[in-house]
Amino acid sequence: MPTDTLELVCPAGTPAAFHAAVDAGADTVYCGLRDDTNARNFPGLNFSREELADAADYAHARGVKILLALNTYMRAGQPEAWHRAVDDAAQIGIDALIMADIGLLDYAATHAPQMRRHLSVQAAASTPEAVRWYAERFGIQRVVLPRVLTVPEIAQLITEIDIETEVFGFGGLCVMTEGRCSMSSYATGQSPNMNGVCSPASHVHYEERGSKLVSKLGEFTINSFKEGEKAGYPTMCKGRFEAHGKVSYLFEDPTSLNVVSVLPELIKAGVTALKLEGRQRGKAYTKKVVSAFRRALDTAATGAVPHMPDLSEVMEGGKATAGAYQKSWQ
Amino acid sequence: MQSKGKNISLTMGPVLFNWSVEKWRDFYYRIADEAPVDHVVVGEIVCSKRTPFFMPAIGDVTERLKAAGKRVILASPILVMNKRERTGAQDLFDSGFTVEANDTTALQNMGGNAFTVGPFINIYNEASRAYFERLGAERIALPGELSLNSIEPITRGAKVPIEVFGFGRMPLAISARCYHARVKGLSKDSCRYVCANDPDGMDVGTLDGDDFLCINGVQTLSHTFHNVITDLEALAHARVSAIRLSPHDMDMVAVANIFRQTLDGELAPQAAAEKLERLADGFPMSNGFLHAVEGFKASPALAEFSLG
Repeated sequence: MPTDTLELVCPAGTPAAFHAAVDAGADTVYCGLRDDTNARNFPGLNFSREELADAADYAHARGVKILLALNTYMRAGQPEAWHRAVDDAAQIGIDALIMADIGLLDYAATHAPQMRRHLSVQAAASTPEAVRWYAERFGIQRVVLPRVLTVPEIAQLITEIDIETEVFGFGGLCVMTEGRCSMSSYATGQSPNMNGVCSPASHVHYEERGSKLVSKLGEFTINSFKEGEKAGYPTMCKGRFEAHGKVSYLFEDPTSLNVVSVLPELIKAGVTALKLEGRQRGKAYTKKVVSAFRRALDTAATGAVPHMPDLSEVMEGGKATAGAYQKSWQ
Repeated sequence: MQSKGKNISLTMGPVLFNWSVEKWRDFYYRIADEAPVDHVVVGEIVCSKRTPFFMPAIGDVTERLKAAGKRVILASPILVMNKRERTGAQDLFDSGFTVEANDTTALQNMGGNAFTVGPFINIYNEASRAYFERLGAERIALPGELSLNSIEPITRGAKVPIEVFGFGRMPLAISARCYHARVKGLSKDSCRYVCANDPDGMDVGTLDGDDFLCINGVQTLSHTFHNVITDLEALAHARVSAIRLSPHDMDMVAVANIFRQTLDGELAPQAAAEKLERLADGFPMSNGFLHAVEGFKASPALAEFSLG
């Protein structure tokens, strides 16, 4: 089902960012509740029930869709917060739920069957068989693809499934397969799957050592910066480590994903929607990135090659990568 | 250890590292002949590029294990991406063995085959556990990061045996990118199988020289050995049915014996912890995941009786 453009799916961590995303040209905005039912469970972020209802009204009045991320795994013995989130989302009129937990997908399919269900990237469905498994059992209408596939692999996958696909277009890049990573949990006791956080700020420290600035996550040094070097956030998989007698960015350089170089190919592959990452980022980030991608997609829709304005100032490390979308990344 | 431990069985997990086919075959022969384990999980679950090397030996290995009375389970890959990996998942089910599914790709291919749920399918709660019971799973191995607080509600009312990861470097992540190749300046496609040089994985340290992680091709593991030897009573109390031992380049028959004797009340957990620490030859032990703290940490009981 190739189209000439992609649905632009944008992040909002606050009501202000939500309005900014809608005003800047988002087709769809996704957000989360203020608890551990979603994978950006950071202090000062996310929506109360009232804020969510207001955001839904704001979006719907402007023809924009609103999605709710319920993309952590329900805590054993305490499913109530996740169940209530599904029930409330249905009542508020959220357009779709983004979920990964099989128990929660089952609950939503049973208790709110009328609501669209999207399979979160946290489920890491990387093959047509995996996608069909979820689609046949839980009636999901869209899969958010894990960031492990090349563009030709995505194109091939789309020919073998009957539901919509959404791919990540910009922002923080998970190097590891999503939903299968306990690295943060190993170092901090807090995990994306269970607590909705990775390398949480509560465990981050910076130490001055002479002219060097050292960043730590819990007890572990993640990076060290010389004077004048820009000190990045110590996300665990983007630090400098020593292996085989060599110090390097072993897992990934501090970069942001940016797919603008492969945008025409993604459209040609038949991808339905393009997702921007960054619910933890401020309103200024949202406005800048959403506007840039709105223009790029509108240009691509005319058949022209999209030109991308400089987004380096809002990128991690100031650098971009097309990540796994290019085979050479592996 | 109270008698409850007697009801807990041992499972030998799949070899995660790139061992030579001879080493791999001899390891399983010895497990077949000598190790007090009930289930043995066989198969390459980390990198499909390694599979062709030990395929010639897999028939002999599974036969030997079966003849020794072991229940053989074939494991599916953790991350499935290309055509070869997808059809490989299909081949597993055609083999007639029970398959441990580590990804939903394998589940979609299973038809009416017998299957178990591997530790890389995310079962974090009783609702997911119940879903897979309804689907016909024969056993369920839980993800390694779950604590006793989570395990207990999952096993409560469970109709199938529930297994937890009990010994070995803990698998923490899987990626499309190969870090062994990357650290040696190679690409995954032309990796020269450099991961074969590290039979327990390659150590990853911090800039301060602290031990931290371990890489195994596309997989990242803990530097520490996850070890539940001092938690067996709590696990028995939580109605866990099986403990998984993850193969390392050490005397795994001795490891299995130590776990068996401890479960049977013949060896005190403290003495067992000391013996395991000696066998692991300097690798620190941890059980933080089980105690809902940082995974690399050791509970007082484990720390007290380990040499480190």
